[in-house]
Amino acid sequence: MATVEIRNVRKSYGPVEAIKGIDIAIQDGEFLVLLGPSGCGKSTLLRMVAGLEGITGGEIAIGGRVVNHLDPKDRDIAMVFQNYALYPHMTVFDNMAYGLKIRGIPKAEIRARVDKAANILELGRFLDRRPSQLSGGQRQRVAMGRAIVREPAAFLFDEPLSNLDAKLRTQMRVEIKRLQDRLGITSLYVTHDQVEAMTLADRILVMNHGVAEQIGTPLEVYQRPASLFVAGFIGSPPMNVLDGRIDDRGEAVLLPGGQRLALPQARPTDAGRPVKLGIRPEHMAVAAQDFSGGFSIEVELVEALGADTVVYGRLPDGESLLVRMAGIPTVRERDRLTVAPQDGALHLFDAVTGRRME
Amino acid sequence: MQRRVTFDNRLLPYLLLAPQVAVTLVFFIWPAANAIWQSVHLQDAFGIRSEFVWFENFTNVLGDPNYLDTLKVTVVFSLAVTVLAMGLALLLAVLADSKIKGARAYKTLLIWPYALAPAVAAVLWMFIFNPDIGSFGRALRALGYDWDYRLNGGQALTMVIMAASWKQVSYNFIFFLAGLQAIPRSVMEAASIDGAGPVRRFWTITFPLLSPTTFFLLVVDMVYAFFETFGTIHALTQGGPGKATETLIFRVYQDGVVNNDLGGSSAQSVILMVIVIALTAVQFRFVERKVHYS
Repeated sequence: MATVEIRNVRKSYGPVEAIKGIDIAIQDGEFLVLLGPSGCGKSTLLRMVAGLEGITGGEIAIGGRVVNHLDPKDRDIAMVFQNYALYPHMTVFDNMAYGLKIRGIPKAEIRARVDKAANILELGRFLDRRPSQLSGGQRQRVAMGRAIVREPAAFLFDEPLSNLDAKLRTQMRVEIKRLQDRLGITSLYVTHDQVEAMTLADRILVMNHGVAEQIGTPLEVYQRPASLFVAGFIGSPPMNVLDGRIDDRGEAVLLPGGQRLALPQARPTDAGRPVKLGIRPEHMAVAAQDFSGGFSIEVELVEALGADTVVYGRLPDGESLLVRMAGIPTVRERDRLTVAPQDGALHLFDAVTGRRME
Repeated sequence: MQRRVTFDNRLLPYLLLAPQVAVTLVFFIWPAANAIWQSVHLQDAFGIRSEFVWFENFTNVLGDPNYLDTLKVTVVFSLAVTVLAMGLALLLAVLADSKIKGARAYKTLLIWPYALAPAVAAVLWMFIFNPDIGSFGRALRALGYDWDYRLNGGQALTMVIMAASWKQVSYNFIFFLAGLQAIPRSVMEAASIDGAGPVRRFWTITFPLLSPTTFFLLVVDMVYAFFETFGTIHALTQGGPGKATETLIFRVYQDGVVNNDLGGSSAQSVILMVIVIALTAVQFRFVERKVHYS
């Protein structure tokens, strides 16, 4: 059990800067998810915490102890890899016991710890098998077991579920969450899957091009995305983003198609400023045909997902607009309808920097 | 999953196999059959008459105390060559596998000795170790060490072992390097996070995972040491001084080609063949059990 502090950490490969200064303090027992597209540097950051990559600049501290120059084995961490990285020539038992044997823990205690972990993970029947005789989900569990028995200060997960099929992934996600709640061990979890991030995390660090775009709870990240990147990355289908301009009185946003959307609060200082307007598809509803504060769209495609329906609409000026409605479809392709954003559904972003305007 | 390949033309598969079968027939089956036939016959020196003598050649060979000495030399030589060639190759492969500058050039250079003919390699070693003209040989003498492999049997055997091992290191190196590169990096990373230092990682993870390669090379190197080192020994010491570097294969040549005892020589090659077959069988039976194939 420990805190993990990452202070202005940087990583360069020659002239290329992969991580451009990340700062975050992870609380004891907290579950932090590093979320971002591939190549954003999230795995590199995790590997730097593990000690598998050198740190170009800044400091990493685990349990208050700076670990920059410590070997992975001295950092008191356990890691779960994407491809499981089990020892193929050892049985499940030996896989889990390996780290304990090295640390010179008495045989009886190793037996007890492995049995306990095997019980939690329902691996009891497989202790004598080799990894090659296990299914993907079982191997994943062994990898988790190997981490648990060590009782480390922190767990590091590097996309642990991305090699599993969709059904198993959901199941394992729930198991990981339950396990972490039960053990209360500080965890860093790398993923590119927003559903994993939203469901597992206490806090999410959204990364892009080696920069932390936003750090916040899942709901903060969803409700108040700090940048256009976060707005587009979190939420499915993604947020609609439209070019616009704040009117001369600072009371509404004007869109190129002529719509005028009233702002919840007047912002006279921003009058006349070009902005990007974000509206989540699920925060729009069908309005009366002649409603002035909405969008008139032509329906191009209707996706019925059962629980809800995604409507791909086109605005008069050619921009596309997604609307997500609850329940089964009530509209058809080529219908014309008016949709209006719900109260508080408007997100404003700076047209140049892409940062959120509060 | 196994896929069966089928040919439309019935003759084509036989035609495709023919070259391999022909090579095996001409260069293995026929001479081996000849050797077995000759091993139970006694021929005169001119090869005009031969007489069927049952196993007399074998009893003669096995009753000869010199033959047991040769067997001892062969065991020492083969074990030393195998251990040395594999050990060195593994060490070099581990070094080449780690991230170092100029790894490519290093790897290429290490493969070169394999491309050298045994006789050329032997001449090269001679130029190094010859007590009169060899650079290292002269240096040893200059330091006061009584180095002369032409007179000292132990020195001669050491030199032949070194030369024969050196030839085989390249071959082993390629296989070990490929084997090392096939071990997933994350497995090694997991071991280092689990607390294993480099030495421990090598013995508990790398070495077991390399075992299929190691086993294959063990068989190949034993066969190499028994048969293919003839050229090296012939060019360096001709089995001498005395019989200090005379291995079984060299004696087969010596007795058959030089001393014209074709029957005895053939009996020896049959014995040699049986020894190597037995050794290989033992290796497959007992060593392979410890091998982990993924």
